[in-house]
Amino acid sequence: MQQWLGYLELILDGAVLTVQLTVLGCALALFMAFVAGLARMSKFRILRILATTYIEFFRGTSIFVQLFWAYFVLPLAGIPVSPFIAGVLALGLNVGAYGAEVVRGAVQSIDKGQKEAGLALNLTPWQRMRHIILPQAVVVMLPTFGNNAIELLKGTAVVSLISLADMTFQSQVVRAQTGSTAMPFLTILVLYFAIAMVISTTVRTLEKRLSDGLDVTK
Amino acid sequence: MEWDWQFVIESLPTLWQGVVVTIQATALGSVLALTVGLFLAIMCRSPNWFISQCSKWFIEFVRGTPLLVQLYFLFYILPDVGILLSPLVAGVIGLGLHYGTYTAEVYRAGIDNIPKGQWEAAKAVNLTKSQTWKEIIIPQAIPPMIPALANYIIAMFKETPLLSAITVLELMNQARSLSNFHYRYLEPMTMVGVFFLLISIPSVIFLRRLEQRYARPHH
Repeated sequence: MQQWLGYLELILDGAVLTVQLTVLGCALALFMAFVAGLARMSKFRILRILATTYIEFFRGTSIFVQLFWAYFVLPLAGIPVSPFIAGVLALGLNVGAYGAEVVRGAVQSIDKGQKEAGLALNLTPWQRMRHIILPQAVVVMLPTFGNNAIELLKGTAVVSLISLADMTFQSQVVRAQTGSTAMPFLTILVLYFAIAMVISTTVRTLEKRLSDGLDVTK
Repeated sequence: MEWDWQFVIESLPTLWQGVVVTIQATALGSVLALTVGLFLAIMCRSPNWFISQCSKWFIEFVRGTPLLVQLYFLFYILPDVGILLSPLVAGVIGLGLHYGTYTAEVYRAGIDNIPKGQWEAAKAVNLTKSQTWKEIIIPQAIPPMIPALANYIIAMFKETPLLSAITVLELMNQARSLSNFHYRYLEPMTMVGVFFLLISIPSVIFLRRLEQRYARPHH
Protein backbone atom coordinates (compact mmCIF):
# COMPACT_ATOMS: atom_id res chain seq x y z
CA MET A 1 0.00 0.00 0.00
CA GLN A 2 2.77 2.39 1.05
CA GLN A 3 4.50 1.55 -2.19
CA TRP A 4 1.43 2.32 -4.31
CA LEU A 5 1.16 5.73 -2.68
CA GLY A 6 4.72 6.46 -3.76
CA TYR A 7 3.93 5.54 -7.33
CA LEU A 8 0.70 7.51 -7.20
CA GLU A 9 2.74 10.54 -6.22
CA LEU A 10 4.89 10.03 -9.30
CA ILE A 11 1.79 9.98 -11.48
CA LEU A 12 0.43 13.09 -9.78
CA ASP A 13 3.72 14.88 -10.55
CA GLY A 14 3.01 14.02 -14.16
CA ALA A 15 -0.54 15.30 -13.80
CA VAL A 16 0.83 18.73 -12.86
CA LEU A 17 2.78 18.87 -16.11
CA THR A 18 -0.25 17.67 -18.07
CA VAL A 19 -2.33 20.49 -16.57
CA GLN A 20 0.41 23.06 -17.29
CA LEU A 21 0.61 21.93 -20.91
CA THR A 22 -3.18 22.04 -21.20
CA VAL A 23 -3.48 25.54 -19.75
CA LEU A 24 -0.62 27.05 -21.78
CA GLY A 25 -1.70 25.18 -24.92
CA CYS A 26 -5.27 26.45 -24.52
CA ALA A 27 -4.02 30.03 -24.04
CA LEU A 28 -2.00 29.85 -27.28
CA ALA A 29 -4.85 28.09 -29.07
CA LEU A 30 -7.36 30.75 -27.99
CA PHE A 31 -5.08 33.53 -29.17
CA MET A 32 -4.42 31.84 -32.53
CA ALA A 33 -8.11 31.03 -32.96
CA PHE A 34 -9.13 34.69 -32.73
CA VAL A 35 -6.20 36.00 -34.78
CA ALA A 36 -6.61 33.45 -37.59
CA GLY A 37 -10.40 33.33 -37.42
CA LEU A 38 -10.77 37.11 -37.73
CA ALA A 39 -7.97 37.34 -40.31
CA ARG A 40 -9.82 34.81 -42.41
CA MET A 41 -12.73 37.26 -42.72
CA SER A 42 -10.49 40.27 -43.30
CA LYS A 43 -10.99 42.51 -46.32
CA PHE A 44 -7.26 42.23 -47.07
CA ARG A 45 -6.57 39.33 -49.39
CA ILE A 46 -3.09 38.67 -48.04
CA LEU A 47 -4.41 38.21 -44.48
CA ARG A 48 -7.08 35.82 -45.71
CA ILE A 49 -4.51 33.74 -47.60
CA LEU A 50 -2.14 33.64 -44.62
CA ALA A 51 -4.91 32.58 -42.27
CA THR A 52 -6.24 29.91 -44.64
CA THR A 53 -2.74 28.50 -45.15
CA TYR A 54 -2.17 28.33 -41.40
CA ILE A 55 -5.54 26.67 -40.79
CA GLU A 56 -5.30 24.07 -43.55
CA PHE A 57 -1.67 23.32 -42.77
CA PHE A 58 -2.24 22.61 -39.10
CA ARG A 59 -5.53 20.79 -39.60
CA GLY A 60 -3.99 18.61 -42.29
CA THR A 61 -1.64 16.77 -39.95
CA SER A 62 -1.94 15.53 -36.39
CA ILE A 63 -0.44 17.01 -33.22
CA PHE A 64 1.91 14.04 -33.10
CA VAL A 65 3.47 14.75 -36.52
CA GLN A 66 3.70 18.48 -35.75
CA LEU A 67 5.27 17.82 -32.38
CA PHE A 68 7.96 15.56 -33.85
CA TRP A 69 8.63 18.03 -36.59
CA ALA A 70 8.95 20.91 -34.12
CA TYR A 71 11.13 18.88 -31.79
CA PHE A 72 13.51 17.34 -34.34
CA VAL A 73 13.58 19.77 -37.24
CA LEU A 74 13.39 23.25 -35.67
CA PRO A 75 16.69 22.78 -33.77
CA LEU A 76 18.34 21.91 -37.10
CA ALA A 77 17.22 25.29 -38.40
CA GLY A 78 18.99 26.92 -35.46
CA ILE A 79 15.83 27.40 -33.38
CA PRO A 80 16.45 25.68 -30.06
CA VAL A 81 13.22 24.32 -28.62
CA SER A 82 12.89 22.47 -25.35
CA PRO A 83 10.46 19.54 -25.32
CA PHE A 84 8.07 21.66 -23.25
CA ILE A 85 8.09 24.57 -25.71
CA ALA A 86 7.70 22.16 -28.64
CA GLY A 87 4.72 20.63 -26.85
CA VAL A 88 2.99 23.94 -26.16
CA LEU A 89 3.66 25.13 -29.72
CA ALA A 90 2.33 21.97 -31.39
CA LEU A 91 -0.74 21.77 -29.13
CA GLY A 92 -1.59 25.46 -29.29
CA LEU A 93 -1.05 25.90 -33.01
CA ASN A 94 -2.91 22.71 -33.90
CA VAL A 95 -5.97 23.32 -31.75
CA GLY A 96 -5.87 27.02 -32.62
CA ALA A 97 -6.39 26.10 -36.27
CA TYR A 98 -9.57 24.20 -35.36
CA GLY A 99 -10.63 27.07 -33.10
CA ALA A 100 -10.18 29.60 -35.93
CA GLU A 101 -12.93 27.88 -37.88
CA VAL A 102 -15.15 28.02 -34.80
CA VAL A 103 -14.54 31.76 -34.43
CA ARG A 104 -15.33 32.34 -38.10
CA GLY A 105 -18.47 30.21 -37.98
CA ALA A 106 -19.74 31.93 -34.84
CA VAL A 107 -19.10 35.46 -36.10
CA GLN A 108 -20.82 34.66 -39.37
CA SER A 109 -23.79 33.16 -37.55
CA ILE A 110 -24.62 36.51 -35.90
CA ASP A 111 -27.66 38.09 -37.50
CA LYS A 112 -26.86 40.62 -40.22
CA GLY A 113 -29.18 43.14 -38.63
CA GLN A 114 -26.71 43.48 -35.76
CA LYS A 115 -23.99 44.68 -38.10
CA GLU A 116 -26.39 47.01 -39.86
CA ALA A 117 -27.52 48.45 -36.54
CA GLY A 118 -23.86 49.06 -35.69
CA LEU A 119 -23.38 50.82 -39.02
CA ALA A 120 -26.46 52.94 -38.42
CA LEU A 121 -25.05 54.03 -35.05
CA ASN A 122 -21.85 55.10 -36.80
CA LEU A 123 -19.63 52.63 -34.94
CA THR A 124 -16.20 51.90 -36.42
CA PRO A 125 -15.58 48.34 -37.69
CA TRP A 126 -13.49 47.62 -34.60
CA GLN A 127 -16.21 48.95 -32.24
CA ARG A 128 -18.83 46.88 -34.07
CA MET A 129 -16.75 43.76 -33.67
CA ARG A 130 -15.75 44.46 -30.07
CA HIS A 131 -19.07 45.65 -28.63
CA ILE A 132 -21.77 44.18 -30.87
CA ILE A 133 -20.65 41.02 -32.70
CA LEU A 134 -18.11 39.34 -30.41
CA PRO A 135 -20.10 39.43 -27.15
CA GLN A 136 -22.82 37.49 -28.92
CA ALA A 137 -20.50 35.26 -30.96
CA VAL A 138 -18.45 34.17 -27.94
CA VAL A 139 -21.51 32.48 -26.46
CA VAL A 140 -21.93 30.52 -29.70
CA MET A 141 -18.24 29.56 -29.68
CA LEU A 142 -18.07 28.34 -26.09
CA PRO A 143 -19.48 24.79 -26.38
CA THR A 144 -17.18 23.94 -29.29
CA PHE A 145 -14.24 25.62 -27.54
CA GLY A 146 -14.92 23.31 -24.61
CA ASN A 147 -14.70 20.28 -26.89
CA ASN A 148 -11.51 21.66 -28.43
CA ALA A 149 -9.98 22.11 -24.99
CA ILE A 150 -10.71 18.46 -24.21
CA GLU A 151 -9.12 17.45 -27.54
CA LEU A 152 -6.07 19.48 -26.50
CA LEU A 153 -5.94 17.75 -23.12
CA LYS A 154 -6.03 14.40 -24.90
CA GLY A 155 -3.33 15.64 -27.27
CA THR A 156 -0.96 16.34 -24.37
CA ALA A 157 -0.39 12.58 -24.00
CA VAL A 158 1.83 12.54 -27.10
CA VAL A 159 4.47 14.72 -25.42
CA SER A 160 5.40 11.61 -23.43
CA LEU A 161 6.92 10.34 -26.70
CA ILE A 162 9.49 13.16 -26.71
CA SER A 163 10.46 12.23 -23.14
CA LEU A 164 8.51 14.95 -21.38
CA ALA A 165 7.47 13.59 -17.98
CA ASP A 166 3.71 14.09 -18.21
CA MET A 167 1.07 11.76 -16.79
CA THR A 168 1.38 9.21 -19.61
CA PHE A 169 5.17 9.17 -19.37
CA GLN A 170 5.03 8.65 -15.60
CA SER A 171 2.58 5.77 -15.99
CA GLN A 172 5.08 4.10 -18.32
CA VAL A 173 7.77 4.61 -15.69
CA VAL A 174 5.54 2.99 -13.08
CA ARG A 175 4.77 0.14 -15.46
CA ALA A 176 8.47 -0.45 -16.08
CA GLN A 177 9.30 -0.36 -12.36
CA THR A 178 6.45 -2.45 -11.02
CA GLY A 179 5.54 -4.67 -13.95
CA SER A 180 1.94 -3.83 -13.16
CA THR A 181 -0.05 -2.55 -16.13
CA ALA A 182 -3.59 -2.17 -14.84
CA MET A 183 -2.82 0.15 -11.94
CA PRO A 184 -0.88 2.91 -13.74
CA PHE A 185 -3.00 2.96 -16.89
CA LEU A 186 -6.37 2.79 -15.14
CA THR A 187 -5.25 5.54 -12.76
CA ILE A 188 -4.28 7.94 -15.51
CA LEU A 189 -7.39 7.13 -17.58
CA VAL A 190 -9.50 8.17 -14.58
CA LEU A 191 -7.36 11.28 -14.01
CA TYR A 192 -7.62 12.36 -17.66
CA PHE A 193 -11.37 11.85 -17.50
CA ALA A 194 -11.58 13.88 -14.29
CA ILE A 195 -9.69 16.78 -15.90
CA ALA A 196 -11.95 16.56 -18.95
CA MET A 197 -14.99 16.77 -16.68
CA VAL A 198 -13.57 19.86 -14.98
CA ILE A 199 -13.12 21.49 -18.39
CA SER A 200 -16.63 20.70 -19.58
CA THR A 201 -18.23 21.83 -16.30
CA THR A 202 -16.25 25.09 -16.33
CA VAL A 203 -17.25 25.81 -19.91
CA ARG A 204 -20.90 25.10 -19.15
CA THR A 205 -20.86 27.48 -16.16
CA LEU A 206 -19.14 30.14 -18.23
CA GLU A 207 -21.69 29.68 -20.98
CA LYS A 208 -24.57 30.26 -18.56
CA ARG A 209 -22.94 33.36 -17.14
CA LEU A 210 -22.09 34.91 -20.51
CA SER A 211 -25.47 34.24 -22.07
CA ASP A 212 -27.21 36.13 -19.24
CA GLY A 213 -29.18 38.98 -20.72
CA LEU A 214 -28.42 37.91 -24.29
CA ASP A 215 -31.22 36.97 -26.61
CA VAL A 216 -29.83 33.51 -27.34
CA THR A 217 -32.38 30.83 -27.97
CA LYS A 218 -31.14 27.42 -26.97
CA MET B 1 20.97 21.58 -42.58
CA GLU B 2 20.68 20.97 -46.31
CA TRP B 3 17.81 19.07 -47.86
CA ASP B 4 19.25 15.89 -49.38
CA TRP B 5 17.27 14.62 -52.36
CA GLN B 6 19.44 11.53 -52.70
CA PHE B 7 18.47 10.48 -49.18
CA VAL B 8 14.81 11.21 -49.94
CA ILE B 9 14.84 8.89 -52.95
CA GLU B 10 16.67 6.17 -51.04
CA SER B 11 14.21 6.28 -48.18
CA LEU B 12 11.07 6.16 -50.35
CA PRO B 13 10.75 2.34 -50.47
CA THR B 14 10.93 2.09 -46.66
CA LEU B 15 8.44 4.90 -46.20
CA TRP B 16 6.14 3.25 -48.75
CA GLN B 17 5.99 0.11 -46.58
CA GLY B 18 4.83 2.36 -43.76
CA VAL B 19 2.22 4.01 -45.99
CA VAL B 20 0.72 0.59 -46.76
CA VAL B 21 0.35 -0.19 -43.05
CA THR B 22 -1.08 3.28 -42.37
CA ILE B 23 -3.73 2.71 -45.05
CA GLN B 24 -4.53 -0.77 -43.75
CA ALA B 25 -4.96 0.55 -40.21
CA THR B 26 -7.22 3.38 -41.43
CA ALA B 27 -9.37 1.08 -43.56
CA LEU B 28 -9.84 -1.57 -40.87
CA GLY B 29 -10.23 1.06 -38.15
CA SER B 30 -12.98 2.84 -40.12
CA VAL B 31 -14.98 -0.35 -40.65
CA LEU B 32 -14.75 -1.08 -36.94
CA ALA B 33 -15.57 2.52 -35.93
CA LEU B 34 -18.63 2.63 -38.18
CA THR B 35 -19.90 -0.67 -36.76
CA VAL B 36 -19.08 0.01 -33.10
CA GLY B 37 -20.70 3.45 -33.38
CA LEU B 38 -23.91 1.95 -34.71
CA PHE B 39 -24.10 -0.56 -31.86
CA LEU B 40 -23.35 2.14 -29.27
CA ALA B 41 -26.01 4.41 -30.76
CA ILE B 42 -28.59 1.61 -30.65
CA MET B 43 -27.60 0.73 -27.07
CA CYS B 44 -28.00 4.38 -26.04
CA ARG B 45 -31.61 4.23 -27.27
CA SER B 46 -32.29 0.99 -25.42
CA PRO B 47 -35.42 1.03 -23.23
CA ASN B 48 -33.35 -0.78 -20.60
CA TRP B 49 -32.11 2.00 -18.31
CA PHE B 50 -28.96 0.13 -17.31
CA ILE B 51 -27.82 -0.54 -20.88
CA SER B 52 -28.48 2.99 -22.08
CA GLN B 53 -26.70 4.57 -19.10
CA CYS B 54 -23.71 2.25 -19.41
CA SER B 55 -23.23 3.00 -23.08
CA LYS B 56 -23.60 6.75 -22.49
CA TRP B 57 -20.91 6.67 -19.80
CA PHE B 58 -18.69 4.47 -21.95
CA ILE B 59 -18.93 7.04 -24.75
CA GLU B 60 -18.20 9.93 -22.36
CA PHE B 61 -15.24 8.14 -20.86
CA VAL B 62 -13.61 7.08 -24.12
CA ARG B 63 -14.08 10.56 -25.58
CA GLY B 64 -12.56 12.17 -22.51
CA THR B 65 -9.33 10.17 -22.44
CA PRO B 66 -6.36 10.13 -24.85
CA LEU B 67 -6.23 7.58 -27.67
CA LEU B 68 -2.54 7.00 -26.88
CA VAL B 69 -3.34 5.82 -23.34
CA GLN B 70 -6.17 3.65 -24.62
CA LEU B 71 -3.73 2.03 -27.03
CA TYR B 72 -1.28 1.36 -24.20
CA PHE B 73 -4.14 -0.08 -22.20
CA LEU B 74 -5.08 -2.52 -24.97
CA PHE B 75 -1.51 -3.34 -25.82
CA TYR B 76 -0.16 -3.91 -22.30
CA ILE B 77 -3.15 -5.08 -20.28
CA LEU B 78 -4.89 -7.55 -22.57
CA PRO B 79 -1.87 -9.91 -22.65
CA ASP B 80 -2.07 -10.00 -18.82
CA VAL B 81 -5.54 -11.47 -19.04
CA GLY B 82 -4.44 -13.96 -21.67
CA ILE B 83 -5.42 -12.15 -24.87
CA LEU B 84 -2.41 -11.80 -27.15
CA LEU B 85 -2.93 -9.33 -29.96
CA SER B 86 -0.52 -8.32 -32.67
CA PRO B 87 0.34 -4.59 -32.44
CA LEU B 88 -1.65 -3.83 -35.60
CA VAL B 89 -4.77 -5.62 -34.32
CA ALA B 90 -4.52 -3.84 -30.96
CA GLY B 91 -4.08 -0.57 -32.84
CA VAL B 92 -7.08 -1.17 -35.08
CA ILE B 93 -9.25 -2.05 -32.06
CA GLY B 94 -8.07 1.11 -30.31
CA LEU B 95 -8.83 3.31 -33.31
CA GLY B 96 -12.17 1.58 -33.88
CA LEU B 97 -13.34 1.94 -30.28
CA HIS B 98 -12.14 5.53 -29.95
CA TYR B 99 -13.69 6.78 -33.15
CA GLY B 100 -16.71 4.50 -32.65
CA THR B 101 -17.73 6.77 -29.77
CA TYR B 102 -17.58 9.72 -32.15
CA THR B 103 -19.58 8.02 -34.92
CA ALA B 104 -22.13 6.93 -32.30
CA GLU B 105 -22.93 10.61 -31.73
CA VAL B 106 -23.35 11.12 -35.48
CA TYR B 107 -25.77 8.20 -35.72
CA ARG B 108 -27.64 9.43 -32.65
CA ALA B 109 -28.01 12.95 -34.02
CA GLY B 110 -28.99 11.61 -37.44
CA ILE B 111 -31.77 9.47 -36.00
CA ASP B 112 -32.95 12.17 -33.58
CA ASN B 113 -33.20 14.63 -36.45
CA ILE B 114 -35.93 12.63 -38.15
CA PRO B 115 -39.14 14.53 -37.43
CA LYS B 116 -41.52 12.84 -35.04
CA GLY B 117 -44.23 12.97 -37.70
CA GLN B 118 -42.34 10.36 -39.71
CA TRP B 119 -42.58 7.85 -36.87
CA GLU B 120 -46.24 8.68 -36.36
CA ALA B 121 -47.02 8.41 -40.06
CA ALA B 122 -45.32 5.01 -40.18
CA LYS B 123 -47.44 3.91 -37.26
CA ALA B 124 -50.58 5.28 -38.89
CA VAL B 125 -50.05 3.22 -42.04
CA ASN B 126 -49.47 0.19 -39.86
CA LEU B 127 -45.79 -0.48 -40.63
CA THR B 128 -44.01 -2.90 -38.33
CA LYS B 129 -41.06 -1.70 -36.26
CA SER B 130 -38.49 -3.18 -38.65
CA GLN B 131 -40.32 -1.80 -41.69
CA THR B 132 -40.34 1.64 -40.08
CA TRP B 133 -36.58 1.53 -39.56
CA LYS B 134 -35.80 0.02 -42.95
CA GLU B 135 -38.16 1.94 -45.20
CA ILE B 136 -38.70 5.24 -43.41
CA ILE B 137 -36.05 6.17 -40.87
CA ILE B 138 -32.73 4.81 -42.20
CA PRO B 139 -33.10 6.06 -45.80
CA GLN B 140 -33.72 9.57 -44.49
CA ALA B 141 -31.19 9.49 -41.67
CA ILE B 142 -28.15 8.22 -43.59
CA PRO B 143 -27.47 10.95 -46.21
CA PRO B 144 -27.04 13.85 -43.74
CA MET B 145 -24.68 11.64 -41.67
CA ILE B 146 -22.28 10.96 -44.54
CA PRO B 147 -20.16 14.16 -44.34
CA ALA B 148 -19.83 13.90 -40.55
CA LEU B 149 -18.82 10.24 -40.73
CA ALA B 150 -16.30 11.00 -43.48
CA ASN B 151 -14.90 13.78 -41.30
CA TYR B 152 -14.16 11.34 -38.48
CA ILE B 153 -12.55 8.84 -40.85
CA ILE B 154 -10.17 11.58 -42.02
CA ALA B 155 -9.50 12.47 -38.38
CA MET B 156 -8.71 8.83 -37.66
CA PHE B 157 -6.36 8.66 -40.60
CA LYS B 158 -4.41 11.63 -39.23
CA GLU B 159 -4.15 9.97 -35.81
CA THR B 160 -2.68 6.69 -37.10
CA PRO B 161 0.91 7.84 -36.29
CA LEU B 162 0.02 7.13 -32.64
CA LEU B 163 0.14 3.43 -33.48
CA SER B 164 3.92 3.77 -33.71
CA ALA B 165 3.92 4.04 -29.89
CA ILE B 166 2.73 0.43 -29.69
CA THR B 167 5.37 -0.69 -32.22
CA VAL B 168 3.17 -0.85 -35.33
CA LEU B 169 5.47 -0.26 -38.30
CA GLU B 170 3.34 2.41 -39.93
CA LEU B 171 4.64 5.49 -41.74
CA MET B 172 5.71 7.46 -38.65
CA ASN B 173 7.58 4.51 -37.20
CA GLN B 174 9.41 3.83 -40.47
CA ALA B 175 10.37 7.51 -40.63
CA ARG B 176 11.62 7.42 -37.05
CA SER B 177 13.73 4.35 -37.63
CA LEU B 178 15.18 5.90 -40.81
CA SER B 179 15.95 9.09 -38.86
CA ASN B 180 17.59 7.26 -36.01
CA PHE B 181 19.59 5.02 -38.31
CA HIS B 182 20.95 7.78 -40.57
CA TYR B 183 20.78 10.49 -37.93
CA ARG B 184 18.92 12.74 -40.35
CA TYR B 185 15.60 14.04 -39.08
CA LEU B 186 14.76 16.78 -41.58
CA GLU B 187 13.76 14.68 -44.59
CA PRO B 188 11.84 11.75 -43.03
CA MET B 189 9.86 13.96 -40.60
CA THR B 190 9.04 16.48 -43.31
CA MET B 191 7.97 13.75 -45.71
CA VAL B 192 5.58 12.29 -43.15
CA GLY B 193 4.00 15.73 -42.77
CA VAL B 194 3.82 16.23 -46.53
CA PHE B 195 2.24 12.81 -47.01
CA PHE B 196 -0.53 13.58 -44.52
CA LEU B 197 -1.12 17.01 -46.07
CA LEU B 198 -1.26 15.48 -49.57
CA ILE B 199 -4.05 13.16 -48.47
CA SER B 200 -5.95 15.32 -46.03
CA ILE B 201 -6.17 18.58 -48.02
CA PRO B 202 -7.87 16.91 -51.02
CA SER B 203 -10.06 15.07 -48.50
CA VAL B 204 -11.23 18.39 -47.09
CA ILE B 205 -12.20 19.53 -50.59
CA PHE B 206 -13.97 16.22 -51.18
CA LEU B 207 -15.73 16.64 -47.83
CA ARG B 208 -17.03 20.11 -48.79
CA ARG B 209 -18.51 18.53 -51.94
CA LEU B 210 -20.15 15.83 -49.84
CA GLU B 211 -21.58 18.48 -47.54
CA GLN B 212 -23.09 20.36 -50.47
CA ARG B 213 -24.47 17.22 -52.00
CA TYR B 214 -26.04 15.84 -48.84
CA ALA B 215 -26.97 19.12 -47.22
CA ARG B 216 -30.42 18.96 -45.74
CA PRO B 217 -32.83 20.74 -48.08
CA HIS B 218 -34.24 23.79 -46.31
CA HIS B 219 -37.98 23.72 -46.04
